[in-house]
Amino acid sequence: MVGIRSQGAYVPMNRLSLSAISGGGRKAGSAGGERAIAYFDEDAVTMAVAASTNCLEGFDRRIVDGVLFASTSYPYKEKQAASVVAKALDLRRDVVTADFADSVRCGTNALRSAIDAVKAGSARNVLIVATDCRPTAPRSALEKSFGDGAAAFLVSDTDVAATIEHHHVIADEIIDVWRTESDRFVRSWEDRFVVEHGYTHNTIEAIKGLLAKSGLAAKDFAKAVLYSPDGRSFAAVARAIGLDAKTQVQDPMFGRLGNTGAAFAPMLLAAALEEAKPGSKLLLANYGDGAEASVVQVTDAATALRNKRGIAWHMQRRTEFADYDKFLNFRNLQVSDVDRRGGQGVSATVHFRDRNEDISFHGHKCRRCGTEQFPLQRVCFKCFARDDFDEVRLSDRIGKVMSFTFDFFAGSPDPPLVVTTAEVEGGARVYVQMTDVSPKEVKLDLPVEFTFRKIHEYGGTPNYFWKCTPAR
Amino acid sequence: MNADAIRDKVAIVGMGCCKFGENWDKSPEDMIVEAAFEAYEDAGIDRPQEQIEAVFCGAVYPSKGTAEVADALKLFGKPVSMTQNYCATGTDALRFGVFSIACGLYDTVLVVGFDKPKDRGVSGPSAVTTGVRGLPMTPAGWFSLCAARYFETYGAGREDLAKIAVKNHHNGTLAPKSMLKKEITVDDVLKAPIISWPFGLYDCCAQSDGAAVAVLTKRELAKKFRDDYVLFKAVTIALGPNPQADPSFDFLRWKPTVYAAQDAYKQAGITNPSKELDLAQVHDCFTLTELLTYEDLGLAEKGSAKDHIANGTFELTGELPVNTDGGLKTFGHPTGATGVRMLYENYKQLQNKAGARQVKNASLALSHNLGGAPQACGITIVGLP
Repeated sequence: MVGIRSQGAYVPMNRLSLSAISGGGRKAGSAGGERAIAYFDEDAVTMAVAASTNCLEGFDRRIVDGVLFASTSYPYKEKQAASVVAKALDLRRDVVTADFADSVRCGTNALRSAIDAVKAGSARNVLIVATDCRPTAPRSALEKSFGDGAAAFLVSDTDVAATIEHHHVIADEIIDVWRTESDRFVRSWEDRFVVEHGYTHNTIEAIKGLLAKSGLAAKDFAKAVLYSPDGRSFAAVARAIGLDAKTQVQDPMFGRLGNTGAAFAPMLLAAALEEAKPGSKLLLANYGDGAEASVVQVTDAATALRNKRGIAWHMQRRTEFADYDKFLNFRNLQVSDVDRRGGQGVSATVHFRDRNEDISFHGHKCRRCGTEQFPLQRVCFKCFARDDFDEVRLSDRIGKVMSFTFDFFAGSPDPPLVVTTAEVEGGARVYVQMTDVSPKEVKLDLPVEFTFRKIHEYGGTPNYFWKCTPAR
Repeated sequence: MNADAIRDKVAIVGMGCCKFGENWDKSPEDMIVEAAFEAYEDAGIDRPQEQIEAVFCGAVYPSKGTAEVADALKLFGKPVSMTQNYCATGTDALRFGVFSIACGLYDTVLVVGFDKPKDRGVSGPSAVTTGVRGLPMTPAGWFSLCAARYFETYGAGREDLAKIAVKNHHNGTLAPKSMLKKEITVDDVLKAPIISWPFGLYDCCAQSDGAAVAVLTKRELAKKFRDDYVLFKAVTIALGPNPQADPSFDFLRWKPTVYAAQDAYKQAGITNPSKELDLAQVHDCFTLTELLTYEDLGLAEKGSAKDHIANGTFELTGELPVNTDGGLKTFGHPTGATGVRMLYENYKQLQNKAGARQVKNASLALSHNLGGAPQACGITIVGLP
């Protein structure tokens, strides 16, 4: 049996009141409550070490074969965090280390990888630790809903307290919450869009897929551990799945802890396991650039997890912190440090609607007349049939240049920009830039192939689309 | 469709046009007032609040909308509406004004086309920033779409385009209200920096600020305003598919012009446009647009434009002068005003008031706009009674 053998958590001691973030007194609409904040000497790595130490309490550390570190807020762009954690934990020198990052779903990504590694027999005991201390703009809504914390699990093939029985995953491309290398703070698109088309849609799809695979129903779960972007949205997921939000959903601790990003679902799982009855089942669902869901089967060994320095222990240990300026000082911020970016760049909702044509490079083939066309249409260019198309992938077809221009005015960093209308094999016409080409090579009817490129970086984010290039 | 519903029912009795250009020192209000009061004076209107029954506006660049016109002219207590149809915006505003009179609802209306793109602090049009594929975009890139294949098919080239720019620069020197007044040579055009091949700087029109205004009335009342009124023979708009996506696009013509011309000639009863028309103002946002328009309007056989350019057919002294006031190229292109400005020129030409650029014995004139990718074409045909 492979599963979770031990666990530990860490929540920083200080709790900042949400009203302090709002600027003093209770403003209309500002909830009461608090969030966990890392002290000035804490970050994602120190919290990871603390949670891991709690997880490994009572174990011979020489048994640890691997450390998987998961976070979106590790300070280095290049240099591994797992190796720092392994060194701080004084683990073996031949320990396997790897970092998981770039999505708040990376904590459960790491958990699954650890389970796969132990199942495959390449390791017997793997420590996974998820941790986050995400940067937010002063006085922003995200600053109020986020929290700092970490959770660690020891995944093993012996003495397991819980096994992961089934797994279903959805990969999704959406710009809902993001931070580029040059962004100081986490950014997000309009919350209703993020919740509806990002979180809710994907999470429900993942859970429904899991239920279909496992043959289980909502009533079979003692508790559902649901990632939630806020203190309300999980209820819509629970309702869609048929879970009773009051009794069957693990308390997401908004107003006490806050959304701890990559650590959030792992921390809620740790909290649920601390209270779980042996023999019961938990539903674990996490979100971020897609979603995933697992069935967690609790074993008799789970009672051993209750004595750890886990979530309950840390939630008891709290100190009120009311000095907002000091909190900003911890993070080297001032109240005036707002996000000064001009625009949000390309509309995330337009990107969302256009992703089949922009990212997958799909065109439409009319089922009535066979005409292929790009972009996706509702009414056929040729026979005017409505909504009677099959989506066809154009990216791996060849094409030919129907028309071209050399645009010196388009702001290319390497002018001129070669712009063409290409006819893709099958007849669709696409207005695309040509890349990796000298203007001298460009001529009518030149055969081209397609390549996925950055089309521009408006708004400070890379915006991807396909370009054509001479067929090689 | 009743092709006779418009012809000869609506008269133009007054027109005004402010000086086009980079009008840094003028607000939209200033330009609208200048153009409108010239039109009032031309029509003999001294009580516009009583005599104007409705106002039709056209503007493309973000403005305060209808209130910008109503506030400027203090025209309250009457319908004021605004239309937008790419570069055919001004022509579409005229179209609604014509409809409102032809259907018998109003006697006298005002049409106001204006735009103030030069307050945005950038050259060229504003960028679309909503979709990934919307950038980078330049109209020069869009309108050059036909160049490579047209050149290869019919043996034309940049030299032919250059002659169009030279012609329009010359005509612009003769128009007092034009933006650019500078003679150029074919050599100047060919040596200018390339904007988007085959377009060099001189192949591209001058974006500018401006406003133009028309007073329209029903034919029966026209004599009360003036003897030398001008009548609408046709006014139309046609949309074509986006040439960047149209699977049947042939890169030799702009479909919207072909569609709109068919309709306009039917309304006006024209069967041989190159012979019947005396002059035309066509959309020369880029020189190739003017070249293709000669053919798409039937003023020249498809593929023959370069021969006509060589022979001077469309020059001021030629058989069928085109863009007698310098066109978008040198008169300027405040998008919403352009269609109305073209009508201003045709109106003055038909009244024999065009000064040094006067076309002899002109009695039937066409104006043409083409906008979008391009996708929208607007045409008016006006003539003497």
